[in-house]
Amino acid sequence: MIDSFALILPEEILTVSSIILLLMCAWMGDKSGRLITWLGVGALLLAAIWVPGISGSGGIAFDGLFIGDRFAAFAKILVYIGAAVAMLMAMNWFGRDKDFRAEYPVLVLFATIGMGMMISAGDLLTLYVGLELLSLSSYVLASFQRTDTRSAEAGLKYFVLGALASGFLLYGISLLYGFTGSTLFSGVAQGLADGVSQGELFGIVFVLAGIAFKISAVPFHMWTPDVYEGAPSPVTAFFASAPKVAAMALMVRVTFEAMGPATDAWRQIIIFSALASTILGGVAAIGQRNIKRLLAYSSINNVGFALIGVAAGTREGAASVLFYMAVYLVMTLGTFLVVLRMRGEDGKPIESIESLSGLSRTRPGLALALAMFMFSLAGIPPLLGFMPKFFVFEAAVAADLTWLAAVGIATSVIGAYYYIKIVKIMYFDEPAAAFAKSDDHIGTGLLLVSALFVSPLGYGLVEPIMSLSRNAAGSLF
Amino acid sequence: MNQLGFPILTTLIVLPLLAAIVCLYLSAHAARWLALVTTFALLALGVLLWANYQIGGAQWQYTENLANLGAFRWAMGIDGIALMLIMLTLFLMPVCIAASWSSIEHRIPEYMAAFLLMEALIIGVFAAQDIFLFYIFFEAGLIPMYLIIGIWGGNNRIYAAYKFFLYTLLGSLLMLVAMLWMVNHAGTSEIPVLMRTDFPPEAQTWLWLAFFASFAVKMPMWPVHTWLPDAHVQAPTAGSIILAGVLLKLGGYGFVRFSLPMFPEASSLLIWLVFGLSMVAVVYTSLVALVQRDMKKLIAYSSVAHMAFVTIGLFAFNRQGIEGALIVMLSHGLVSGALFLCVGVIYDRLHTREIDRYGGLANNMPIYSVLLLLFTMAAVGLPGTSGFVGEFLALIGSYAANSWVAFVATTGIILGAAYMLWLYWRVVYGTSRNADAAAMPDLNKRELASLGAIAAVVLWMGVYPESFLAPMRDDVGHLLARIERAAPAGDAQLQRGAAPAAQSPHGGSEHAPAANTPAEGGH
Repeated sequence: MIDSFALILPEEILTVSSIILLLMCAWMGDKSGRLITWLGVGALLLAAIWVPGISGSGGIAFDGLFIGDRFAAFAKILVYIGAAVAMLMAMNWFGRDKDFRAEYPVLVLFATIGMGMMISAGDLLTLYVGLELLSLSSYVLASFQRTDTRSAEAGLKYFVLGALASGFLLYGISLLYGFTGSTLFSGVAQGLADGVSQGELFGIVFVLAGIAFKISAVPFHMWTPDVYEGAPSPVTAFFASAPKVAAMALMVRVTFEAMGPATDAWRQIIIFSALASTILGGVAAIGQRNIKRLLAYSSINNVGFALIGVAAGTREGAASVLFYMAVYLVMTLGTFLVVLRMRGEDGKPIESIESLSGLSRTRPGLALALAMFMFSLAGIPPLLGFMPKFFVFEAAVAADLTWLAAVGIATSVIGAYYYIKIVKIMYFDEPAAAFAKSDDHIGTGLLLVSALFVSPLGYGLVEPIMSLSRNAAGSLF
Repeated sequence: MNQLGFPILTTLIVLPLLAAIVCLYLSAHAARWLALVTTFALLALGVLLWANYQIGGAQWQYTENLANLGAFRWAMGIDGIALMLIMLTLFLMPVCIAASWSSIEHRIPEYMAAFLLMEALIIGVFAAQDIFLFYIFFEAGLIPMYLIIGIWGGNNRIYAAYKFFLYTLLGSLLMLVAMLWMVNHAGTSEIPVLMRTDFPPEAQTWLWLAFFASFAVKMPMWPVHTWLPDAHVQAPTAGSIILAGVLLKLGGYGFVRFSLPMFPEASSLLIWLVFGLSMVAVVYTSLVALVQRDMKKLIAYSSVAHMAFVTIGLFAFNRQGIEGALIVMLSHGLVSGALFLCVGVIYDRLHTREIDRYGGLANNMPIYSVLLLLFTMAAVGLPGTSGFVGEFLALIGSYAANSWVAFVATTGIILGAAYMLWLYWRVVYGTSRNADAAAMPDLNKRELASLGAIAAVVLWMGVYPESFLAPMRDDVGHLLARIERAAPAGDAQLQRGAAPAAQSPHGGSEHAPAANTPAEGGH
């Protein structure tokens, strides 16, 4: 039992500190927002140090309810990074209009605890509790700008559709429990080992549907563009980064560990979802005029590619998904750091794509950074965004799914169109009104780091990150 | 490490990259000079590279294996074919910079940076010894070219930039899947090893088609050539030079390096496809070139026709054909680059590419007219110029493989003479039709230096092609050794004649006149 508590130390740290921080903001009021943000980042850092599985191979807590292995460690570190950056980028974005409330970092911390539970879930109920903690925090975050009707609408939409998805998930869990006799992943796997019955198949489909909602894979993507557009930009950045990593890690763990014996059953679902996501994410983005909606479709598109790695069903596939999410996290956060700087002279945030016209002449550095992220998201070498796609397709080919790789790769051309359209608008068009200068030095620093990461210099990190992800993926098998 | 004691190929890639970054922070004037100095320094390194290349030495020279980049290695090395193409690139780059000296008026630091980046990436393509590293360089070239066409191009530049980017991207992505399969099958991503690997014949066909999708677009072959006229017409002069001079060679290089040695059986099986498309290209694009009113478009279509000679020669499966194709690649790089430069010279003065706006330039631009005549003749394939050597060898080779292909291809030479000479006649001869065209000054020193340098090399290659063939000879031999087992039977049934022993020291000279007759019909 003591061991179990040691294994959930990061969650304990985050829980205790988020409760303390919640009390602090109740007493100190909204002016303590910056202090609480920094303390929240500190809590994440502290938790990151104690993540089990970083140095050793980790272990299983509470008789299998909670798994603290290397896979979880890898995904958790990514999630903590995403959460910390999301906190830091919000601090200066909200701060301008004095509308920054101190609950923001606390809500992100709660969501992070939920994500940690999802990643480490060894049982369908742990999974559900983690997912709900994340979801409830997310609903509040989406409607964080109370005075903005779009934000409130986003929160409500997210809540209604999210509740529906939770229903799916619970129904799937109950079916799996009913037909396999266990909620433990290992128990479910045992139950599936003797062939997949009709009921078990239904359970698999519903559980996957619930998770697909969280990663916004087609056909459960409908909420994404609306919520991304309506939510305040830093919140959108958060939604697009850390929860995607956590849900994708959960997807890998559920499919590989709980449904491993039924690979043939879920593989076709995943393949359909992957291809539908890459195609829809590419086609639907073309007509968008709002940069946040465009990035919503971009994240649908990217999730589709990551799912190709899941479909491979191998250790290489799992490693490629982890690598994909690591690079995706940086690219997305980097892109949003640019989006957060899109403000008119009056300080109002601008979200239209046309406002980027001629950015290369008014703000060359910002334009270069965004161009790099766009080419990187499109997967054009020599930017780092090429490598995750490369590994995913490599895993698919190695798993004898060459046709899937060929079709998937062909669909990436559709996506490339709108990414290079952004570059066209910034570099080829006549300049529009310049954005206001930003004095957000933290943001500048983060932007610089992420731009350098996706630049060709990032190739130096491919080998270390990939060997870490291979190692992490190894603990699933 | 190599015969020079330092990693020269990496230097050739890193140096322009660094210069490109520095360029971005300089003033327009300083950026021009930095770019020019860098390209000349690289050319000097290139001369060193060629001078120290050991002809008849190891197949792969200057090999480097510097770093592990996860899925692949930073492995470099060149054979004679790559050496020649690298030299072509290094030679054309200073010309490009000079051609943009005053004709590019805005955003000069970015422009120079894009060109230097382009140079680094192209050298990387030719020098890469790891198949994925090759792919990265191959694909990365899209980014600077997209920007060059889109920012500094003509009126319809954005459409052309999109078309160029998406066309070539789709082609190369299928190739990536094929590469992944091959590496998965062979267990290594080293190009030299893959070139010796025998892939199962049933898989070869698919792999070959995937590579073909990429190289045919780059080449470009009919019917996927339509991006080329748009890109050429809209690109700035230097963009056209680099596009026609070097980027089109990536397709041919791909066939030599990948399709033929790695998939000989599939190459033999699908030879009808290559020959069919090439024959259509030669005749069709030559006819299209005849009716063009825009000079750049005319030369762009002629490029498609010339590239068809390359594919015909390469798939002839014999030495003459392959060597001829390689020389056509080099020669076309020089000649079409020079022709685009010639168009650029008068475009800079009159800002139109309409053929009808010019006429009688011989009166006011005599030096220009002489040089243009030389390049026109080289494009037609007049003996003594580089164009003759390559086309002649390629046709000899193709005759041995398939006499019908040789016959149809030769009509392309006749048509080539027609559209090039007609172009020359309309632009240079006759009387001036427009006062502004008649008032144009002759070449300035910068233009003369660029065109003169290319002219010298064109004549050198035409008179003494051995300098260029010698480094590639062994590599063609290695290639032949790989593909001979799959070579399809030719229909020409050439036999060694019973010539008197003392008179004919050259083996196989009997069939030369046979192909020679139609070939000379075009001149």
